[in-house]
Amino acid sequence: MTHNVLVTGVSRHIGARVASVLAADPGIGRVIGVDTVPPPSSRGDGGIPLGRTEFVRVDLRSPDIAQVFAAADIDTVVHMSLVSAPSRSTGRAAMKEHNVIGTMQLLGACQRSATVRRVVVRSTTAVYGSSPRDPAVFSEDLEPHDSPEHGYAKDAVEVEGYVRGFARRRPDVRVSLLRFANFMGPGVDSPLTRYFTQPVLPTVLGFDPRLQFVHEDDAVEVLRRMAAEDHPGTFNVAGAGVLLLSQCVRRAGRLPLAMPSPAFRLLGNVARGAGLVEYSPEQLRLMSHGRVVDTGALESELGWRPKFTTAAAFDDFLRSRGLRPFGGPFGGNRW
Amino acid sequence: MSVPREEDGAKVVPISAAPSYSRDGEDADPVAEVLAFLRRRLTGDYEVDEFGYDPELTDKVLLELLRPVYRHWFRVEAMELKNVPEEGGALVVANHAGTLPVDALMMQVALHDEAGRALRLLGADLVYRLPFLSHLARKTGHTLACPEDAGRLLRKGELVGVFPEGFKGVGKPFSERYKLQRFGRGGFVAAAIRAGVPIVPTAIVGSEEIYPKIGDLKPLARLLGLPYLPVTPFFPLLGPLGLVPLPSKWLIEFGERIRTDEYDPGAADDPMLVFNLTDHVREVIQQMLDQLGLRRGHAFPPFL
Repeated sequence: MTHNVLVTGVSRHIGARVASVLAADPGIGRVIGVDTVPPPSSRGDGGIPLGRTEFVRVDLRSPDIAQVFAAADIDTVVHMSLVSAPSRSTGRAAMKEHNVIGTMQLLGACQRSATVRRVVVRSTTAVYGSSPRDPAVFSEDLEPHDSPEHGYAKDAVEVEGYVRGFARRRPDVRVSLLRFANFMGPGVDSPLTRYFTQPVLPTVLGFDPRLQFVHEDDAVEVLRRMAAEDHPGTFNVAGAGVLLLSQCVRRAGRLPLAMPSPAFRLLGNVARGAGLVEYSPEQLRLMSHGRVVDTGALESELGWRPKFTTAAAFDDFLRSRGLRPFGGPFGGNRW
Repeated sequence: MSVPREEDGAKVVPISAAPSYSRDGEDADPVAEVLAFLRRRLTGDYEVDEFGYDPELTDKVLLELLRPVYRHWFRVEAMELKNVPEEGGALVVANHAGTLPVDALMMQVALHDEAGRALRLLGADLVYRLPFLSHLARKTGHTLACPEDAGRLLRKGELVGVFPEGFKGVGKPFSERYKLQRFGRGGFVAAAIRAGVPIVPTAIVGSEEIYPKIGDLKPLARLLGLPYLPVTPFFPLLGPLGLVPLPSKWLIEFGERIRTDEYDPGAADDPMLVFNLTDHVREVIQQMLDQLGLRRGHAFPPFL
């Protein structure tokens, strides 16, 4: 039985790393990577080498993806192509289309395919939103009070809806839905990692949210396992433990600038208007109420837990950027 | 003795085992200790649990500020501490009074210092909406009153506290002092049954007299999104000075544990049983309150 894997979103960091570990696995036949732009490694400007991954440039929003399915007997689909922040040139509308329509096209192709047996979709813990009315720790089956209504989180909620619909229509396909906490690590470039590298960090006055991170190595390992073995279901993925935002700021040795929430919102909107940062109302809520998920289901399903705790993942990120606490050693090492 | 039961399927990793701050151990140099404390705080090198509980900050800073109030202002006496389990999950259910939830703080000091247990209170969502209050509540170990959080804390073997009267209790007028209000919907009983932990009925006497509420500025409260805005003999008449609580004499009594482990966890879904047990807990606390009130006598001894 051939074991051919299709990976979407290979031009981004985590997607490239997943494609590269799958390509290194002798148990896997072909690895086909797709994305809207060529991966950095093929353009010769660094990036993760993709190994024997065959790259196909496909715009997921178009039905072209079905031809990729037709050309190769694809057995497993790893859908990583969710964009978490609008690009400066194309904006939010294109991002939403990429995320939602792209997923619909991909799932449509999967549904037609006679060979697909396993679908792994990357989602985010942002689908739980952040609310003072919700439990402190989200488990997978929890229905949040205030579902996200903006941006990436809303896209992810919609994507999850289509994934569930697909799972109902094709009960013979094993569907794994992974809700990742914010990625952290040396290679991660996200709105959150860019936030922590600013010299002064705006925070919401009177709130100290609990944050959770997952290290990129652990994220890649989870995706590799999900692509290589059958683990149907929805799973939260996060490093153990939590960090408060105030702890993150101090570990990074940055200056916090506490602002009342209306001022924070105003600054966010102004900075977004000026193209300086990506800001959405969801961020204000995350920065106020935080979000923590329960990872018990993943740990008992895989019999494995992430190697990096939330704090260790954050410290590894800080080390890679040369950030350190005031007067302290790198990344909270004991003296 | 209660043994926290692990429900199948709900595997809980005991994260509460992680937050330890007793790294200093034998070295008792107070200056070095303070410096080490400051260094940890400044570099963010301390741990909080998944609910945001910061045991070090709570013990060394926040409770430290409350201890003089506990000892000298309210002269709190904690009684029958033997009824508080030394370890494992349990649900402390107490009366709520006093306009501002000072009783929650005093009960926390009593349990932390005299019973050696961290109290994890379940609070209204209003607390978690408000700036400052929300993160203070989380840092001192408390969380939102909802079945998920209650169950999670109890399964981890934590001592969870709840005031089932809620705002009806804490905001009731002075004329209704020491009369228990309705006990919510019995969610706390269901949580205890599901986790198989004992209920510790608790009576707090003294809290009613700290801010005698004789009026309520309802329209203004509605405007501010608050459940009530109290008028006391000194507030708002004396301005900020009216916020100083009256120095009543306090007694906190922990009653005999009410077991729930003889019920099947499924019994939590039997409304009749839950209501009956809720009523039973409420009657026990009302009786304890009546007796404890008589035992204390004057609220402001030796004169009043």
